[in-house]
Amino acid sequence: MKPVSYVRARSVEEATAAHAGRGEARYLGGGTNLVDLMKLGVERPEVLVDITRLPLDQVEEQPDGALRLGATVRNSDLAAHPLLRDRYPVVSQAVLSGASGQLRNVATTGGNLLQRTRCAYFQDVSKPCNKRVPGSGCAALDGVNHDHAVLGHSPHCVATHPSDLAVALAAVDAVVELAGPGGGRAVPVTDFLRLPEDVPERDTVISHGELITAVVLPPLPPGSVSRYRKARERASYAFALASVAAVLRLEDGVVSHLGLAFGGLAHRPWRARRAEAALLGARPTPEAVARALDAELAEAVPLRDNAYKVSLARDLAAQVLGSLTATA
Amino acid sequence: MDSSEESHAGASAQAVRHAPWPGPADSPAGATESRVALRVNGFSHTTEVDHRTTLLDLLRERLALTGSKKGCDHGQCGACTVLVDGRRVNSCLLLAVAQDGAEVVTVEGLADLAGEDGDLHPLQRAFLDRDAFQCGYCTPGQLCSAVGMLEEARAGAPSAVTDPQQGLGSAVRLTGEEIRERLSGNLCRCGAYPHIVEAVRDVIA
Repeated sequence: MKPVSYVRARSVEEATAAHAGRGEARYLGGGTNLVDLMKLGVERPEVLVDITRLPLDQVEEQPDGALRLGATVRNSDLAAHPLLRDRYPVVSQAVLSGASGQLRNVATTGGNLLQRTRCAYFQDVSKPCNKRVPGSGCAALDGVNHDHAVLGHSPHCVATHPSDLAVALAAVDAVVELAGPGGGRAVPVTDFLRLPEDVPERDTVISHGELITAVVLPPLPPGSVSRYRKARERASYAFALASVAAVLRLEDGVVSHLGLAFGGLAHRPWRARRAEAALLGARPTPEAVARALDAELAEAVPLRDNAYKVSLARDLAAQVLGSLTATA
Repeated sequence: MDSSEESHAGASAQAVRHAPWPGPADSPAGATESRVALRVNGFSHTTEVDHRTTLLDLLRERLALTGSKKGCDHGQCGACTVLVDGRRVNSCLLLAVAQDGAEVVTVEGLADLAGEDGDLHPLQRAFLDRDAFQCGYCTPGQLCSAVGMLEEARAGAPSAVTDPQQGLGSAVRLTGEEIRERLSGNLCRCGAYPHIVEAVRDVIA
């Protein structure tokens, strides 16, 4: 690690100004990923702007029924919040399925979205990686890519996004609120996180100096049910090989709303729009669900080591949609 | 390092932690060190730290509290677990400068936390009674993690295996499955897990 200066921001304005005004600056939230990457030499900031004492640590109900999650709400506080558990079980379940109790006590809502891929080549500074050093190549493309993407990858990057929370946020149509030197804006989480294309160094559409201030969850359709399920290589405390977040509403046995997202398959949570369209207005019989999922996953392009992810994701989603159909 | 031990009359760590504008922010722009005030196991310490210093390194290298262990140094093993403002955390991933004003409890302070001067914390006693370790390297982290976990469950915080029907806000009943899930952030290479679960069950029985 190289020496770093430290600014403790008193306001959002001060934070964004401090970030924009200095050299290589990083916002410091819980730091559970950033500090780790600094130790690995992947992140080499010159300035840390500590945002953990900003007044962004509340979960607030909005007049329109939406739930506004402050950017510095700790993961464990978020998952335990009564309104979240009651109205967005899929979001609470996703948070609880990630990391460990210790990490969730520290990690923040905004930081969760901005965490970097756990691709082993990204974390190893002795290896080529277009995400870490643009133009250096992708060691995972022909390397050990058991954990990597099967959807939406490019010849430049086959990394996956590691967040569980983000997958649930994609399924509930959450919106990311940003503050920056030039003002604020709101971006749907499915647009906020991006596919690698030919700029894999950019995980999100955030601009330099912009700060996530909140994530807003719109009200779910009345009577809908939701669930998160994750497959991993040990029973707890591991990243997803594949995961599924789903929000389902049935009316007279017919799907009137479906939000379906996959984790562990792509550079961002994979919102399954094709499967959703196929099931909307239909009865979610096992056959119909299987057809819809096959249509969605038909565009998967597995790498050498990860073809298993396609059937794993399909089976997980079928199981989740089956269990939701039984309770909806 | 100017470390001082003094009695604190009434000023709770919580109040200090959320004071509007203490210490390090007033370091000169571009400085790479700051003064940090911490309360560790009931004693106050004020010390100058390089901003890269983790809480774990501060505890071990500056305060000679070597109970907290450096296992992986990447937040993956839990051997460095301590309590900060009552919550269990990986001290290897916390920058000390950002913890200014915090109340820290390490394994060395657990006995006092239980309020029985000179005696062991009930969980430490249970670990001995159940032989819940082999080499002991992960034990300080296991103990601090379990103490924090018991408080989380008492406060009604759910885990990934908690029944969604569990009443909001009521204490979670800790089955063996709950204990294993909630302590999954603490690895034990000796494989003492079965006895660790038994020891934790002893203190909630």
